[in-house]
Amino acid sequence: MKRQLLALLRRDLALLLLGGRRGGAMLPLVFFLAVATLFPFGVGPDPKLLARTGGGVIWVAALLAAILPLDRLIEPDVELGMFDQWALRGIGEEWIVAVRVLAHWLSFGPLLMVAALPAAALLGLDAATVRTVELGLLAGTPGLAAVGVMVAALTSGLRGGAALAGLLVIPLAVPLLVFGAGSLAPGGETGVALTAAVSLVLLAIAPFAGGAAVRAARG
Amino acid sequence: MLFARLSLAVEAGEALHVTGPNGIGKSSLIRILAGLLPAFAGTVDTAGAAGLVDERPALDPHLPLARALAFWERMDGHAAGAVERLGLGELGDVPVRFLSTGQKKRAALARLVAQRAPVWLLDEPLNGLDAAAVGLVEALVAEHCACGGLAVVASHQAIALPGAQRLAIMDYTV
Repeated sequence: MKRQLLALLRRDLALLLLGGRRGGAMLPLVFFLAVATLFPFGVGPDPKLLARTGGGVIWVAALLAAILPLDRLIEPDVELGMFDQWALRGIGEEWIVAVRVLAHWLSFGPLLMVAALPAAALLGLDAATVRTVELGLLAGTPGLAAVGVMVAALTSGLRGGAALAGLLVIPLAVPLLVFGAGSLAPGGETGVALTAAVSLVLLAIAPFAGGAAVRAARG
Repeated sequence: MLFARLSLAVEAGEALHVTGPNGIGKSSLIRILAGLLPAFAGTVDTAGAAGLVDERPALDPHLPLARALAFWERMDGHAAGAVERLGLGELGDVPVRFLSTGQKKRAALARLVAQRAPVWLLDEPLNGLDAAAVGLVEALVAEHCACGGLAVVASHQAIALPGAQRLAIMDYTV
């Protein structure tokens, strides 16, 4: 079982990471930076306004960037018959979804945290805010990955699933966004802990919800 | 409802050839036997792991064949000679999406052989295969059964399986 899960993780990472077939992990990253770059053009170059709203912009951009690869997370493997082959080998859908959450997070979470540094510089955030943003992203992006994979599994059998997936992720990600961006407000430091708590709940639910969705779609 | 009051038993070392017209439910029967579809009523008892070959090869289309098969090798363990036996030795560098229907089918059979499952469930394994490859599939199934395995083959095509039971699915619902 352990050997099989390692093989799964290896394949998932090869597919989702930089240069991977389904990843184009660069794409969400460039998208994220583009949003952060465009924002000052939209609201004007007032440094105070940018510094006050910048952290929130980074969070919204992170959410949008995490949505981009959703339609490639589960659906192609269902169509290829991979899930059926794994089921025959006794590997539960829950395990597969759990491994995929990990791979999905590795493909965008750490990169996003690195990209948040130049984005923060563009928006003129001070050092303390940048630290809170980074801590918040570390706590929140695993939750975003869990929501993403869960919704990708739910919509895997549907026509027009990609657009629907984006729509479904947003309300589920609201708690992460509220606490994550809220941690940036004065006196909001506990927000990071709450973001981490929401992430943990989502990580605990995702394999079971996602696995059940894949099984239900098979029937 | 596809079929009802269907009862079958295949022992180790036996093969079963399921026939019937298109749409009668051969593929559904295979998926029910595999445990991938719930039967509306009734039970399936299987002793041992099952290997499935159906119309989807379950190989990453963008990867070269050797690497796509290597993924399953990491899952199932290595089987020496399966790839060469199925005439895929020269195709290792060709991305799966460029393979012909028959070559993909042979690749799926190589995966099945390497899986070493005692129960083989083959859904239209002869589709797209040339005469030589059909003979190869017949030989593989015969060997598998001789080694104590069992095989259920759903195919509307003739397939020579010595000593195989035949099950013709007809309209059992009436």
